[in-house]
Amino acid sequence: MSVNGLVKRYDEVEAVRGIDFEVRSGEIFGFLGPNGAGKSTTINMLCTLVRPSGGSARVAGHDVVSERDEVRRNIGLVFQDTTLDGYLTAEQNLRLHAELYGVPRELVGERMRQVMEMVGLWERRSSWVNTFSGGMKRRLEIARGLLHSPRVLFLDEPTVGLDPQTRSSIWSYIRELKAREDITIFLTTHYMDEAEYCDRIAIMDQGKIIVLDTPEALKAKVGSDRVQIQTDDDEAAIAALRERFGIEATVAEGEVTFGVPEGEHFVPRLFAELGQPIRSVSVSRPSLDDVFMSYTGSTIRDAESSQTDTRRNFARMMSR
Amino acid sequence: MASETTAPGSAGALASGGGHQVAGVRVPVRSAGSELRAIKVVWKRELIRFSRDRLRILTSLMQPFLFLFVLGTGLSRLASAGTHGVNLRTFVYPGVLCMAVMFTAMFSAASLVWDREFGFLREMMVAPVRRSSLVLGKCFGGATVAGFQGVIVLCLAGLVGVPYSAILIIEVFALQLLLAFAITAFGVMVAARITQMQSFMALMQMAIMPMYFLSGALFPVSGLPQWLEILNRLDPLTYAVDPMRRAVFAHLDISAAARRALDPGVTWWSWHVPGLVEAAVVALLGLAMLGIAIVEFGRAE
Repeated sequence: MSVNGLVKRYDEVEAVRGIDFEVRSGEIFGFLGPNGAGKSTTINMLCTLVRPSGGSARVAGHDVVSERDEVRRNIGLVFQDTTLDGYLTAEQNLRLHAELYGVPRELVGERMRQVMEMVGLWERRSSWVNTFSGGMKRRLEIARGLLHSPRVLFLDEPTVGLDPQTRSSIWSYIRELKAREDITIFLTTHYMDEAEYCDRIAIMDQGKIIVLDTPEALKAKVGSDRVQIQTDDDEAAIAALRERFGIEATVAEGEVTFGVPEGEHFVPRLFAELGQPIRSVSVSRPSLDDVFMSYTGSTIRDAESSQTDTRRNFARMMSR
Repeated sequence: MASETTAPGSAGALASGGGHQVAGVRVPVRSAGSELRAIKVVWKRELIRFSRDRLRILTSLMQPFLFLFVLGTGLSRLASAGTHGVNLRTFVYPGVLCMAVMFTAMFSAASLVWDREFGFLREMMVAPVRRSSLVLGKCFGGATVAGFQGVIVLCLAGLVGVPYSAILIIEVFALQLLLAFAITAFGVMVAARITQMQSFMALMQMAIMPMYFLSGALFPVSGLPQWLEILNRLDPLTYAVDPMRRAVFAHLDISAAARRALDPGVTWWSWHVPGLVEAAVVALLGLAMLGIAIVEFGRAE
């Protein structure tokens, strides 16, 4: 998937202001940003629902404007809002989908069982979708999005509005999916903790991509990890740290605390070379919140509240 | 295209080597067959949903029953002098046959607005099929469920003194399907633009009720005041009700005077318009609205 200078204007509002990126085959690629940053608009352009105002994009090797049907045939979609028919059973929803996408009749049964078992809904296949909980609906939608073996699966805020337990179960399906199927996953989220699951993430704010890298690299750019150790002799440990590694450490919360880049890689050296007994060690990473803040100067939450007005305008236009 | 890009070694080999083998599905290239399938899918969904919704079947029969039995019976006490011995229920029966399909067809089109609101429309819109296939499927679906509703009212023929004749049933049913198709096309055309359920229903009521009253479903179309005659001839529904009445009256055993008074037929500048021409008017209008609906949905982003 490659995107070049993609732009979308709605009357006066420029929702997406020229973005470029590439997604490699088989990776989980995340779009992170506050609501109204242009994530959904971007997804809509990539899945051919919205025509770009400028620039170009290729999905699964096909142009989203000139080869619309080719793109559609190769993608699966899970939207923010449910797009299931609540008056049909789970199985009927999937069968309709299979027919719309022309899945060969002899394969439908087997494939349907596979995807429904994957999301743990096979037993409920004859239930009306209206009787499903929010999490079950989302899982069913993921199953439906996979039914026609797409090469790219788009997940627009796959976990928004779900409780934490359901969120984590959705994520375990997504990761299992990546292990099982030859598929590229493109998702948007505004939950920082979820972005950690992605192979690479692009942080988007006000219609632009601010930075794009692996979560680890992004956090490494912010600076050092925090390492805390418990020792029998804190004074000696601090002295040894200064002497052997050139690190200034302090005692905080009763533990020797210091910052190093890539803390996990430092720990083995620490044990080998410190020369002091260590009772426990903990390494904590800077969060993606820190990353977002270091690039935009505000936290995601601040960004969302200041953009509420713009978002309303988007919402009105998108609902047309 | 897909086979080329996945072929080089690793990905395919991995998938088949792993413990959980995944049934690979290749979505075939779009063809006439896939469009037909899409039409069928949308049509079938309409039928499944209709059969689920027993309440809807009942409620949309409500209005025809009211007109036929309550209004028909009640007014017959006033009108018996003018009907030349024909029961008023028999007279309004063709109009009620039309009405039976109109409301169901309208609700079918309305479900498109719901689909948009509840998101299902998106699922259909991103499928690798033409929008026109979706619109066609919707119109056929609406026509089919409305036709089914029409059959229920058709079964009541005996109660209002209309004989059960095979030819009559076929004629009436064909007209009902045609009318239902045209009304669904009209509704779908409106639904392409109107995205809110309240506005849609208000608009449909505003269009359908005057159309029904002007159509001559409840009165003979000759000897009207000029303003009403003009409105009646402009009303598309007139051209569905009139052939319906002709079909029914052709099977009634009534006096020539009654036939002249009650089944005068529509005239254009004193030319007696044949039933087939009238049906063609409805068909053409339906197709035109279908065309507009397809263009509108094709444009929608």
